[in-house]
Amino acid sequence: MSAVSPHTRSVIIIGSGPAGLTAALYASRANLKPLLIEGIEAGGQLMLTTLVENFPGFRAGVMGPDLMAEMRAQAQHFGAEFLQGDVTSVDLSRRPFTINVDKVKYTAEALIIATGASAKWLDLGVDKKLSGRGVSTCATCDGFFFKGLPVAVIGGGDTAMEEAIYLSKLATKVTVIHRRDQLRASKVMQDKAMTTANISFLWNKEVVDIKDLVQGKVTSLVLKDTITGETSELAVDGVFIGIGHTPNTALFKGQLAMHDNGYLKTHDGSRTSVPGVFAAGDVQDHVYRQAVTAAGSGCMAAIDAERFLSGTLHESHAAEHAEAGR
Amino acid sequence: MASEKVKTFTDANFGEEVKNGVVLVDFWATWCAPCRRIAPIVDQLAEEYNGRLTVAKVDIDENPMTPSKFMVRGIPTLLLFKNGDLKETIVGLETKDRLAQMIDKHL
Repeated sequence: MSAVSPHTRSVIIIGSGPAGLTAALYASRANLKPLLIEGIEAGGQLMLTTLVENFPGFRAGVMGPDLMAEMRAQAQHFGAEFLQGDVTSVDLSRRPFTINVDKVKYTAEALIIATGASAKWLDLGVDKKLSGRGVSTCATCDGFFFKGLPVAVIGGGDTAMEEAIYLSKLATKVTVIHRRDQLRASKVMQDKAMTTANISFLWNKEVVDIKDLVQGKVTSLVLKDTITGETSELAVDGVFIGIGHTPNTALFKGQLAMHDNGYLKTHDGSRTSVPGVFAAGDVQDHVYRQAVTAAGSGCMAAIDAERFLSGTLHESHAAEHAEAGR
Repeated sequence: MASEKVKTFTDANFGEEVKNGVVLVDFWATWCAPCRRIAPIVDQLAEEYNGRLTVAKVDIDENPMTPSKFMVRGIPTLLLFKNGDLKETIVGLETKDRLAQMIDKHL
């Protein structure tokens, strides 16, 4: 057999969160010598968390970054290769698939997409302009700058509660702003936030503007009551956005079937609309979005990819019916 | 391992150090996870632009005055100076290619 280019692989995995790393673990143990392209947010969302208490096997909890370091080391132990870099474009129109990382071209017979989801911003425009000037989507990253200052957290889910609790130790006062009259967060997180002395809640309020672009920093939020329509202003130095996530699927637009909300469509396990391309983790899951479900789906994708490559991945009944109907 | 070509600036020498030429400064802290992601890119830039660009880091825990002066309120933040003037501010993560394009504009 002729020498194989280091840029030609049987399996390439894009993304290095729990889904990507678990896929790499299974693919490497199946002797597929996978290449994993880590991406700009290497390690995924767990890299920005502190104690993770719901990953099975750790009764005392585990720090998010430590868990990711372990997962990476485990995959590497079995021969997975890692590439630091961000995929710039892909061509999924023919096999082998083409994956471009900056100026380097890679090809793969099977592709596992585990690009995850990133924190969502408000639809104001001004929030992005004041990013790093008082607007943040990561309390553990930027909370430091608001020691002894009042801040606000936007959102009503677990992410928002976690941010509020973390910030309550640094800021003088944390105001949680939520557009409904009750939280979506889990009971445990709600209780923790509600019983923290310097966390207060503003219900049925939407953020319509962030001031002050001219000064180049956050000075206050303009709020609108979702029931009465009344506007009010809240003076804060920092605002943390915890309103959920948006899937990282821009690379695949026009190439893979997606739901209206941008998440990749999968069927019969981890299969996408292109045979040989599989998806795992948050990029295709807008329902569960847990580290453990991401890891589980990464395992599924690796097994599906292995079967695809060995020709034993059978078309599903649904696909057969579709075929027959043509 | 960090590149030897990356300098360390402090509150005491910052103004002096950015005065001449094109200087890229990486504001970071030991506890900042995304900072660890951008660090190897900053290292690579220091190697590749050696002689044409000065690359430095500021630990914001030890040097609170400089980030406050430039209104840095989130890390990682990269600032690019040319002959002492602030030319570019990059908040959060960015790819090496895009950083290189930004640097090239000012060389």
